[in-house]
Amino acid sequence: MPNAEMSETDSNRIVITGVGLTAPNGNSLPEFRENLLNGVANVQNTDMRYIGEVHAGICNYDTRKYQTRRELRTSTRAGSIGIYCSREAITDSGIDWEDTDKSRVGVYVGTTEHGNVETENEVHNISQYEYDVRFWSHHHNPRTVANNPAGEITLNMGIKGPHYTIGAACAAGNAGIIQGYYMLKLGEVDLALAGGVSESTGTFGIFASFKSQGALAVHEDPNKASRPFDKDRNGIVVSEGGAIYTLERLSDAKARGAKIYGEIVGYHINSDATDAVLPNSERQTECMRAALAKAGLEPSDIDIVNTHATSTPQGDIQECKAVGDVFPAESCPNTRINNTKSFIGHAMGAAGALELAGNLPSFEDGMVHPSINVDNLDPDCALGNLVIGNPEKRPEINVILNNSFGMLGINSCLIIKKFAD
Amino acid sequence: MTKEDIKKVVLDIIAEIAPDEDLSNVKPSIRLRDQLDLDSMDFLDIVMELRKKFGIEVPEDEYINLASLDSCADYLIPKFKSVQA
Repeated sequence: MPNAEMSETDSNRIVITGVGLTAPNGNSLPEFRENLLNGVANVQNTDMRYIGEVHAGICNYDTRKYQTRRELRTSTRAGSIGIYCSREAITDSGIDWEDTDKSRVGVYVGTTEHGNVETENEVHNISQYEYDVRFWSHHHNPRTVANNPAGEITLNMGIKGPHYTIGAACAAGNAGIIQGYYMLKLGEVDLALAGGVSESTGTFGIFASFKSQGALAVHEDPNKASRPFDKDRNGIVVSEGGAIYTLERLSDAKARGAKIYGEIVGYHINSDATDAVLPNSERQTECMRAALAKAGLEPSDIDIVNTHATSTPQGDIQECKAVGDVFPAESCPNTRINNTKSFIGHAMGAAGALELAGNLPSFEDGMVHPSINVDNLDPDCALGNLVIGNPEKRPEINVILNNSFGMLGINSCLIIKKFAD
Repeated sequence: MTKEDIKKVVLDIIAEIAPDEDLSNVKPSIRLRDQLDLDSMDFLDIVMELRKKFGIEVPEDEYINLASLDSCADYLIPKFKSVQA
C-alpha cells in the first residue's frame, strides 16, 4: 500500500518504469526504436495451413531465455511472449524482484483473441487419427482458457496477485495498460505488469477471415505489404508480438530511485455501437477528446499522435477523419502523426502497447519515428504534420497520444506525458 | 517386447515429455515422481503417447501401475503382447 508519509499526489500518479517487448523487428526497446528510426521493417512470407503463402510479422526472441524446454512444450506462444516481455520489463525496471511481495503484483494482459491457435492445432491433430477424440490433448483446456497468457506469466514468475487477460480486440494493448492503471489507483496492487500480446500468426482462421473480408494485405515485397495511408494499400498484415510495462505509483518509483519512462495522464475507452467491423470516426473523435479532457490537455498540447492505421482502405480513412477533426494542422502546429504498423504489420492484442513503446523514447531523443511505405499518399489520409519516410527531430516532445481501435467497435486512447516532478 | 524394451519405451516417452530432465540414472524400482519433476499432466502425456504410438489404452483406475519403470514394465508387457498379436 502507499506509504502514508508520501504525498497523496505522488501516490495517485501512475508511471511507467520498465519496458519488455518483442516485435518482428526488435526484441528490446533499444533495438525496436533503432529500427523504427532507421526505417527497418520486418515482414516475411510464411506458409499457412489451408491457405498457402501469406505475409506475417514473426518474432525471433530467445524463447529459452526464461523458459525450460519442458515449459515451452506445454506453453502457448502468447504465454511464452508474455513471459519473455514480463521478465524483460522487470529487469529493465531495476526492481529487486527477489524481495518483491509477489502477492501485491497484478498481471493485466490485453489480447485480441486467445485459443484459436490451440484449437486449430488440436483439430488438425485428431484429423491424423480419423477425428477420434481420444487423441484430443488434455493440455487443450489450460492452453485455451481466456486467462492463459496472463496465467502463464504468474506460473513462470511466482506472482500471487490477480491475473487476467483483457479481451478488447485490437484495442487490447491500451486496455491492458489502462487496467493496470486502474488497479494501482484503487490500491489493489503495488506493481502492475500490463500491456498486450499476440500469437495470431499461428491461426489460419484470422488470415482466412481477413481474406474473406477483403482486408488481407498482398504485395510482391512483404516488407511493403503493410502500407497505411498509401493510395494502394490493400489490407492488414497479421503479426505476433508483445509489450509489457511495469507500472507503479510515482511514490513507489521515487522511493526506489527508478528510471521513469513517462506518466499515464489520460485515457478513455468507448464503443461505436454501430458495426461489427467498420470503424466509426465520430466515436473515435469522442474517445480522443474524452482522453484529452481527463488529462486536462488541449489537442495542441499533444506532440505525437500514434495512429492505429491498420492499412485497410476504409479504416485508415475513418481514422484520418477523426484525427484531422481533433488535431487540425492549423491549430496544432506542433503535433506530429505517425504509425508503427507500416514496419511490423498489425500485432493485434500487442499493437497498442508495442506502438506506445515505439514512441516512448521520443521523450529522451526528441525524434519522431516515421510512417514508412507511403509511396503515393492517399489524399483522404493527407493529414498535415504526418511524419513520412524519415524521422523528424523536434525541439521538444512532452506528450504522446496513443490510439488503438478494434472490432465490435471498441476505441481506446492513452495519453502519456514526459515525467516532470 | 521384453521388460527391458518396455522400460526403454517409457523412458523415451519421458524424454520427450520432460526434455530438461537427466534420465541417465533413473532407478527402475523407485517411483518416477520421487526421482523426476513430473506432475499429473505429465502422466497423462505418458498415457497419450502409449495410445498414439502403440494403440495401448491405460484406464484411469490403472494409472497407478505407471508409478515406476518396473511397475510399467510388469503392467504393460501383456498389453504390448495383445496389441502385437
